[in-house]
Amino acid sequence: MLKKISNIGDCGITCDFGDDVDKKTNKEVIKLFNFIGDSVKNKKIKGILNYTPSYNKLIINFDLEQVHSREVIEFIKSNDYSKTISSEKSKLVEIPICYDEEFALDIKRLEQKTKLNFDEIVKEHLNTDFFVYMIGFVPGQPFLGDLKENLYHDRLDTPRVKINKGSVGIVEKFCTIYTFESPGGWNIIGKTPLDLFNIKKKEPSHLSPGDSVKFRPVNKKDFLNFKNEQIL
Amino acid sequence: MNKYFKILRPGINSTFQDLGRFGLQHLGIVPSGCMDRSSFFIVNKLVGNKVSEGALEFAYQGPLLELVGDSALVAISGKVNFNIIKKNGEIKLGMPYESFVLSNGDKIDILSTINSVYGYFSIFGGFKLEETGGSISTLVRAKIGSNKGDKLKLDEKIFFNQTPQELKIKKIKFEFENNNTIRVMKGLQNDYFSEKSQEDFFSKEYKVTKLSDRMGMRLEGEKLKNIKSKNIKSEGITKGSIQIPGDGQPIILLSDHPTIGGYPKIANVITADYDKLVQKTPGTKLKFKLVDLSVAESAFKDYIKKLNFF
Repeated sequence: MLKKISNIGDCGITCDFGDDVDKKTNKEVIKLFNFIGDSVKNKKIKGILNYTPSYNKLIINFDLEQVHSREVIEFIKSNDYSKTISSEKSKLVEIPICYDEEFALDIKRLEQKTKLNFDEIVKEHLNTDFFVYMIGFVPGQPFLGDLKENLYHDRLDTPRVKINKGSVGIVEKFCTIYTFESPGGWNIIGKTPLDLFNIKKKEPSHLSPGDSVKFRPVNKKDFLNFKNEQIL
Repeated sequence: MNKYFKILRPGINSTFQDLGRFGLQHLGIVPSGCMDRSSFFIVNKLVGNKVSEGALEFAYQGPLLELVGDSALVAISGKVNFNIIKKNGEIKLGMPYESFVLSNGDKIDILSTINSVYGYFSIFGGFKLEETGGSISTLVRAKIGSNKGDKLKLDEKIFFNQTPQELKIKKIKFEFENNNTIRVMKGLQNDYFSEKSQEDFFSKEYKVTKLSDRMGMRLEGEKLKNIKSKNIKSEGITKGSIQIPGDGQPIILLSDHPTIGGYPKIANVITADYDKLVQKTPGTKLKFKLVDLSVAESAFKDYIKKLNFF
């Protein structure tokens, strides 16, 4: 439930849904996110520049020349968005993953920590029905959950300077996919050949907040032969 | 006839920017856009463009450009030291805030910004730039936007749209605000910091360090003591947010900020003071003045009124 709305400077507000990081809370966030998205598209409210969901919050930014925070807050409070049905349909997306040892950089540490062997870890990962909590930090990077407790592991003590694009990592109950080469501290268990982000596409990000994700295993040969959709 | 500028020196961080790319932050795409909106606005006004037309932004040292083709009406805004090198070798000192005409073979040498960071270069009719996601702004980190998502590079060509029929020179009188006081509103996690640290932040000086770019500005000063938790659950970021990581030194998130982040925020810079802030060079000692929403909103009104007056 929406607990509190606060200002972020003069051109943003945050809608706070409480401290829990779970699907139930995040689904409430996504509901408001979809409602704001629909309201912008249907011109029910003007001046909204961005609406960014995270685990337990929705942050809304607006153009001060067109609208002020009290009008945006009033708009949210006066609409019972929890009952509206959004035109945004969340989708189920299958993502290929290769667990080859060349890509599964942290599998040894995970085996030690979780007391599961490689095959069991892979099986647990493949069996998980993932939910997209949020997308961001860099373009298209998804934060997925929830892993089963037996796979929980902390962040690396010393983050890697470079993690390759496509690497799939896990920390605690979350799983992420690096969409750009970047530094990072997640435990890497595999790699996807699928491009999750392409600015030239009409929908630049393969995933949206609220989507469902299932991983599909591919071997090294299929990984190397994988062809992403080309857009010129 | 082909008309373009040839890049004889790209400058340190020269990118095309407009007002930004919106509606995509939920997919991890930050708005980007010009750092100093006042200077960006003015540079377009000087050549008679619409105020949202894409312009070339440069930082510290700008590019050296040679015009190939017809004459062009161009302008520079910001506190900028530059020369116009005529085809016959004659060198003229350039004047910012005043549009001027370049002829075929003339060069424009943007030497440096003076006690400031960003400057802008515009041309009548605009540069030929491709929009992605509704904006021409370049986000180098993600290879998005004009110039294949990259900074200007040596020997590249930048094309422009049209040659003016009639050359209307325009001058604008504009002064940067010299004081170093930045007005801020309380941040979402203001209470994560000890009372003394909150007092320190709003009364002591914080120095701009060299670790500053379009993504953020790192400051150095009295260490801010976190009494709750050094991390928060990652949440969406708004530009101008001042976050305090574990080392207790503030980072102000600027136009190319990450879209989400997990550090507590002590304050947010008000929109009316953002342009002033981004022009502050390393070594500048900033002071933060706490204001409330009504002050910030009325300051914004004045800010826009002043811009629309030009």
